[in-house]
Amino acid sequence: MAQFSTNQFKGGLKIILDGDPYTIVENEFVKPGKGQAFNRVKVRNLKTNRTVERTFKSGDSVEAADVFNLDLQFLYHDGEFFHFMEPNSFEQYQASEAAVGDAAKWLKPQDSCDVTLWNGVPLQVDAPNFVILQVTETDPGVRGNTSSGGSKPATLETGAVVQVPLFIEEGETLRIDTRKGEYVSRANES
Amino acid sequence: MSDYSRWRSGLAPGALAARARLMGAIRVFMAEHGLLEVDTPLLSAAAPSERALECLAVDGAGYLVPSPEHALKRLLAEGAGSLYQLGHVFRAGESGRWHNPEFTMLEWYGVGDDMFDAIARLTALLPRLGTPPIERSRTYREVFQATVGVDPLVADAQTLAGCAQARGVAPSGPDASFDRVFWLDLLMATCVQPTLGGDGPEIVTHFPADDAVLVAADPDEPRQALRFECFWQGVELANGARELTDAGLARQRMMREQNARAAQGSPVPPIDEALLAAMRAGLPPCAGVALGVDRLLALLQGCDAIAPVLPFAAT
Repeated sequence: MAQFSTNQFKGGLKIILDGDPYTIVENEFVKPGKGQAFNRVKVRNLKTNRTVERTFKSGDSVEAADVFNLDLQFLYHDGEFFHFMEPNSFEQYQASEAAVGDAAKWLKPQDSCDVTLWNGVPLQVDAPNFVILQVTETDPGVRGNTSSGGSKPATLETGAVVQVPLFIEEGETLRIDTRKGEYVSRANES
Repeated sequence: MSDYSRWRSGLAPGALAARARLMGAIRVFMAEHGLLEVDTPLLSAAAPSERALECLAVDGAGYLVPSPEHALKRLLAEGAGSLYQLGHVFRAGESGRWHNPEFTMLEWYGVGDDMFDAIARLTALLPRLGTPPIERSRTYREVFQATVGVDPLVADAQTLAGCAQARGVAPSGPDASFDRVFWLDLLMATCVQPTLGGDGPEIVTHFPADDAVLVAADPDEPRQALRFECFWQGVELANGARELTDAGLARQRMMREQNARAAQGSPVPPIDEALLAAMRAGLPPCAGVALGVDRLLALLQGCDAIAPVLPFAAT
């Protein structure tokens, strides 16, 4: 098993604590001038996203977590699992609903996602920051109203609902910021 | 591959000039108080035995000193009188917000001083360098009891471990039976220290004697040493002590530290026989103080780390 010593600790390092994968958020070296050195470390559990503080005796080692990120193409949702493919090797991965979480409402087949894998299994799926999605349902547009000032809900092809300007029509494709869950522009205007 | 695009110092605006002023003000103060500036080698044949000091070894040439203490004490023993050194020191493996493997230290020794004279000198010095006045002095026992709730002079390792667990600061990782000193250091560093010196530099006196090496024990309470520290905004700024003059006792304690080093798997450098010979010849009664210049400068400049005041911090 690969190990990391405390002197390799830095933000972003992935380690195993009590059997769970964690990422180091913050590492602080603490040492009295005449005393033992410690590392006070803020770590985030990659399964639960909870952040906790831990202390290590400097010089100790912890097990490295086999965690890495891949750009995977979303294929389909079979009702239980979300299926992804590595576009070069064609290797397929299935992610649980828990791993996909809120990203589910933005996922469209063919879209590329940043997927965190732990021991080869998807742990977390991040939707692309921006996605292009078609409007499947919205109230009729108000012709000529291209100014800001009004908005209305629109349902997108993935089922997500976002607020859009009044002039948007059904069937249009929109650019959406998934981090804010907000309309950015018409897809052809970006 | 080195990234030479990051060639700049990384200094905060004004830090270079502030450092020059600080070094100048220290020298003026020391001259006014009659301490002689000395410039002893940074490369030494010997290394201290303290279990918690890791020296940088230079292949075939000795060690880079973690403080000028041994050389300064040898000068004191040959009658140099009160003196100080202001320069760089090195400590292996110390790297973080308030640590850099190479840093600037002021270390002085006042001949004839006891611990309280040393505190008085530090209390006179710091406001001259721009800190608020030092208005608070408590014992280690007081600050530890106030925060942790147990008496640090009597609590055993098991009791202290329980305190650490209750506060969520007990170390993760391989189980080992740690000694009293370990748990005291842990609780002091993680629970007590952050509470110290919020309103201005604060003195904590009479540290436990367990791991004292070249420091005199308190004759009235041998479980504590005549050692003090100064904290400001939770940062350890200075460490001082009435110095041990008994060479025989110094040797015993160095051997104890060598055993502790071997037990923790650290390298065990030979005992500094030149220092012990100087102490046998006669180290005058004195007290010494070491002050972290970069930390002081960082706090004076309102920085929350030393890197912005270090021209080229090690990364």
